Amino acid sequence: MRHAISVLLENEAGALSRVVGLFSARGYNIETLTVAPTEDATLSRMTVVTSGSDDVIEQITKHLNRLVEVVKVVDLTEAPHIERELMLIKVRAVGKEREEMKRMVDIFRGHIVDVTDKTYTVELTGDKSKLDAFIEALDRASILETVRTGSCGVGRGERVLKI
Amino acid sequence: MELTGAEIVVRSLADEGVEHVFGYPGGSVLYIYDEIFKQDRFKHILVRHEQAAVHAADAYSRASNRVGVALVTSGPGVTNAVTGIATAYMDSIPLVVLTGQVPTTAIGQDAFQEADTVGITRPCVKHNFLVKDVKDLAETIRKAFYIARTGRPGPVLVDIPKDITIARCKYTAPAGEIKMRSYSPVVKGHQGQIKKAVQLLLQAERPMIYTGGGVVLADAASELTKLVQMLDVPCTNTLMGLGAFPADDRRFVGMPGMHGTYEANMAMQHCDVLVAIGARFDDRVIGNPKHFAQNARKIVHIDIDPSSISKRVKVDVPIVGDVKDVLQDFVAHVEAALKETRRDPEQIASWWKQIGAWRERECLKYKASNEVIKPQFVIEKLCEITRGEAFVTSDVGQHQMWAAQYYRFNKPRRWINSGGLGTMGVGLPYAMGVQMVHPDADIAVITGEGSIQMNIQELSTCHQYHLSPKILCLNNRYLGMVRQWQQIDYGSRYAESYMDSLPDFVKLVEAYGHVGMRIESPRDVEGALREAFTTHKKRLVFLDIITDRTENVWPMVKAGKGLTEMLLGSEDL
Repeated sequence: MRHAISVLLENEAGALSRVVGLFSARGYNIETLTVAPTEDATLSRMTVVTSGSDDVIEQITKHLNRLVEVVKVVDLTEAPHIERELMLIKVRAVGKEREEMKRMVDIFRGHIVDVTDKTYTVELTGDKSKLDAFIEALDRASILETVRTGSCGVGRGERVLKI
Repeated sequence: MELTGAEIVVRSLADEGVEHVFGYPGGSVLYIYDEIFKQDRFKHILVRHEQAAVHAADAYSRASNRVGVALVTSGPGVTNAVTGIATAYMDSIPLVVLTGQVPTTAIGQDAFQEADTVGITRPCVKHNFLVKDVKDLAETIRKAFYIARTGRPGPVLVDIPKDITIARCKYTAPAGEIKMRSYSPVVKGHQGQIKKAVQLLLQAERPMIYTGGGVVLADAASELTKLVQMLDVPCTNTLMGLGAFPADDRRFVGMPGMHGTYEANMAMQHCDVLVAIGARFDDRVIGNPKHFAQNARKIVHIDIDPSSISKRVKVDVPIVGDVKDVLQDFVAHVEAALKETRRDPEQIASWWKQIGAWRERECLKYKASNEVIKPQFVIEKLCEITRGEAFVTSDVGQHQMWAAQYYRFNKPRRWINSGGLGTMGVGLPYAMGVQMVHPDADIAVITGEGSIQMNIQELSTCHQYHLSPKILCLNNRYLGMVRQWQQIDYGSRYAESYMDSLPDFVKLVEAYGHVGMRIESPRDVEGALREAFTTHKKRLVFLDIITDRTENVWPMVKAGKGLTEMLLGSEDL
């Protein structure tokens, strides 16, 4: 099962490598990982997307909590939540493809953020499946470059992760 | 008052109440050593290899329940210390390891004796710090001690660049307990869960209490003993937990696991309620977890570390908390319950009968000999001569298992060995650490001719500080445990397990200024031991005991096998 785990941790040098080291040392996998400071600059917020049985996820959560720099851990996927990922994708756009590509970007509610006479750079936000769908919809040969941030997430409604 | 970083290090250690620091100097820590030279609040013990400094600090902690302290230089000082740190980490021993680092401006420049200390040690410490500003130094050292000794204990490393040790800032002596928003270990167990667990225990027909190193670390041996005696239930202690419950009590069924007793393993498998306390169901204790899960039983697990619970074995009643605190609650609840309703003594009578039948297998019986020295016999004699009161350190291998099986530990913190990491070479440095805590106690190092050579240089440290452990080297000219596995699983092909070209240990220890004896006949064992512990009480004595070459450790549960699939002797092969 896929899980998105949110971690609030001290914004200190080395904190990230402790989290990553934990995953590799114990043989857990990381699908995506995003991290950045929060509105309180002393704290970072991380979203780790991983997969495993319930037992494995329980161990991951416990081990994350055990790290001295980790303040709080929550498994977002246990309750309604929102996940977003940002993708920048550079595509070939020449001749009549240009119009077709523009339409496709509109359908997926993306933005073209950079243009040359042969290429478009598209910014697209959404959950993983939406970004995957966009890539699927394109002709593989027209994709020049993709870069994705990985998921970040937040609980729906009143649920907050804060100290 | 403004102090230099080096002065702050020394003052901080003294203010933490540190009395002994084990270490080895080098370029990056010279300012610190200069301050150590000028003070007399703690004593520094100069080892001969950084690994031994950490082992000694580790044993110092195991024997005293205080935080052990080691100090080493950057680069090779640190890499040498890593085995010691990992050993302490696996057994949850509270240590503070101070390491020198190249100056902050040189970090990342591949400077002389530079190593990424924080990176190298990250997976084998509870936490580590790199101090980048002298203003953070005192606070960081305080945090290190706090983190090391609270919660599930463990080693904490503080990496201090050389320029920080000469920079100056204000120092104020610490006041009050440290508070950290990201670190607050649970102490108190959940009362509802405790009640539930006590109910299960009281209703059980085949109850079993299984305890590990956590009971020793939490200083909860007296609470455990009281609980077991009140309930009159069988109790087993793991390799790390020996001494937490008196081995001479009839309720003690021996150690469980790979080389555990027949009765302990059978009881672990066939009980209906298992209470695990400060133990972690590791592979050497329960064998194959699938096989272990075949028998239905309710499991209560008390541990300070939630990640130890339901890690290898599914638990019915988890209780997170300090073992001592939780056991006090347990005792109170059991007392109250027993006052209300007397338990029918018949309830567990047939369980005790069953255990009695298992005991009749006499799984630790061995073939005595007048010709060759049986290693088990040596341990029994040692136990007899030291009245079971000695502090026993051991290395890793067959001798370690025989020590655990045949020395009867009645008190905690007397049995000091590397359980988790299984580090050969710990025995001698461990004895050094123990003697710093108990200068006049009887201390025995049980080792083999393989293990002892892994840190034999420490004979020199022992000479310098007039340390007097008695080293019992069970010399079978083989890496015995390796040879045993090769005999059983690898067609008796003894690949590289024969110890050729051994030194003359008697001459060797004499060269270091100690007493050496070579014992070759069973008749001489007792006399030699008595001589070592009485005539040479104040000297280090090395007893090179030539033992049966191919004796094996029984019982044995082969790796990956079920706990009850025991081999009781060579006839089972």
